[in-house]
Amino acid sequence: MGVKLLLEKANVPGIRTYDVYRREGGYSAAEKALKEMTIEAIVEEVKKSGLRGRGGAGFPAGMKWSFIAKPEGVPRHLVCNADESEPGTFKDRYLMEFLPHLLLEGLLISSFALGSNDTYIYIRGEYAWVADILEEAIQEATKNGWLGKNILGTGFDCMIHVHRGAGAYICGEETALIESLEGKRGNPRIKPPFPAIQGLWMRPTVVNNVETLAAVVPIIKMGGDEYAKIGVGRSTGTKLISACGNINKPGVYEIDMTISVEDFIYSDEYCGGIANGKKLKACIPGGSSVPILPANLLLKTAKGETRYMNYESLSDGGFATGSMMGSGGFIILDEDQCIVKNTLTLARFYRHESCGQCSPCREGTGWMEKILQKIESGKGEVSDIDLLWDIQRKIEGNTICPLGDAAAWPVAAAIRHFRDEFEWHINNRELSQTSNFGLQHYADPIHVPA
Amino acid sequence: MSLQFNNEQMTEFKRLVARYPEGKQKSALLPVLHLAQDSFGGWLPTEAMDYVAVLLNIEPIEVYEVATFYSMYNLKPVGKFVFEVCQTGPCMISGSENIITYIQSQLGIQPGQTTKDGIFTLKLVECLGACGYAPMMQVGKIYREHLTKEKVDAIIAEYRMQVAAQN
Repeated sequence: MGVKLLLEKANVPGIRTYDVYRREGGYSAAEKALKEMTIEAIVEEVKKSGLRGRGGAGFPAGMKWSFIAKPEGVPRHLVCNADESEPGTFKDRYLMEFLPHLLLEGLLISSFALGSNDTYIYIRGEYAWVADILEEAIQEATKNGWLGKNILGTGFDCMIHVHRGAGAYICGEETALIESLEGKRGNPRIKPPFPAIQGLWMRPTVVNNVETLAAVVPIIKMGGDEYAKIGVGRSTGTKLISACGNINKPGVYEIDMTISVEDFIYSDEYCGGIANGKKLKACIPGGSSVPILPANLLLKTAKGETRYMNYESLSDGGFATGSMMGSGGFIILDEDQCIVKNTLTLARFYRHESCGQCSPCREGTGWMEKILQKIESGKGEVSDIDLLWDIQRKIEGNTICPLGDAAAWPVAAAIRHFRDEFEWHINNRELSQTSNFGLQHYADPIHVPA
Repeated sequence: MSLQFNNEQMTEFKRLVARYPEGKQKSALLPVLHLAQDSFGGWLPTEAMDYVAVLLNIEPIEVYEVATFYSMYNLKPVGKFVFEVCQTGPCMISGSENIITYIQSQLGIQPGQTTKDGIFTLKLVECLGACGYAPMMQVGKIYREHLTKEKVDAIIAEYRMQVAAQN
């Protein structure tokens, strides 16, 4: 059993309620932070912990906090990014649904450290029932003196507000989220200025993911140095992984980032192996936008070393032979899955979610979807593969926000590793409508554990 | 103006606006549009958007541009129950296509359509964050997960009974 810092109490009956959470030691980290620690000391512990943003980009959280501007007389805000929308990712939902007070405690400590008196949780609109759970938890916390005026007699005031989005993947991008929180379309802003200088209502703002803010609780409890001892290298602490696709046990797992990808997929403690006795074909290890890897490159790096579930190991080999930790949305594809079709559904997703501000993304995502649709339905030409490659290359890096990259990478990786399958689709127009390419036929066949 | 919040809805409106600092009432636009949609029959006619503009003291165009951007706002009338079925990658590899075809055949409608009796609308949507519990759909505030044909039958029957009980 790996170390559990976030989900340790997730199965305690009634942990969603304040009374049980408190009885289990909840809010003791907040008490410690507010009563015994200075703001500088809290930020220092988070820095020492090595905690990296758990939303997808993996930026060091303590460093992000230290960028916040503190102009005289201007309020500052902490915003919790709960707009979880990256396909394959459902970890924040789990955390908020089962441990709402853990998030609130993390928010309280972080708000104190950043000087945010009004903190917002921007939650995706579809998680309507989760928003209700959070509202209820906020009421309980307020009633028990953890939110409101003069918390624990420290003179610190803090209120947490839940703000529901309304269906837009792009609002997970922090400046689009801020626009949306201001009641506008979710169009990302041009940076600089960064939110830490001018964010919500042009005030200094820090936007952090749900899991990142919840992790502040164990960091304060155990100290940054102890937290940093868990894991390996720059992948410190624990990470929530939401595993889905063709596996026996889909769900949300907390790992300490020292486990190998193979153990994570095949051990009974985690995914429990591939469903229905099928073979592993491919995996998107960090949410739909990170590069897909064929089984052989997923389990071992190009150098033949074991690949582990952490930031460094998953990205070993760069995009040529590696992928990314991303949001921790771990999607497994078995031998019956068609890479062309899978890539098409993701391309459609990004076309649907492009905000339309930048033409490479607005137009390019639509073109990629149409060409993939053409190939998938048995009408493709061999030249379409190069055209797809050309389009994705022209989107990447040419947009205001990372959605362009997120749309380009899955297409690029699918062609890079599964070109044989695209060609087979095009050269076998009728056969491809009724059967699958299989694992054996690649020029470099995919080797998988039995 | 015929569309208006009743007292209870107005109380909720005030609670939503109070979350934001003075002068920043426009921030309440998304939550207020949810409230308007829930209050006025599941969709947002122009009249409802104009009403929201007046309440928040902003221009109608500021409401239209937001209402047309976000996928959860319905700009056309919908049935009493909207089946929003996820079709993105993880759901697709877990069999969402069969579920979509089955719902179409059971309700006799295509995606985007509403049944003649006005009870059901079928919408195909992109990832709702339930990938581990696929295939799935959202109906109103709740997620219906691990869908099978039998489950779909039971869900349709359940909502039909709800309607019958109300009539």
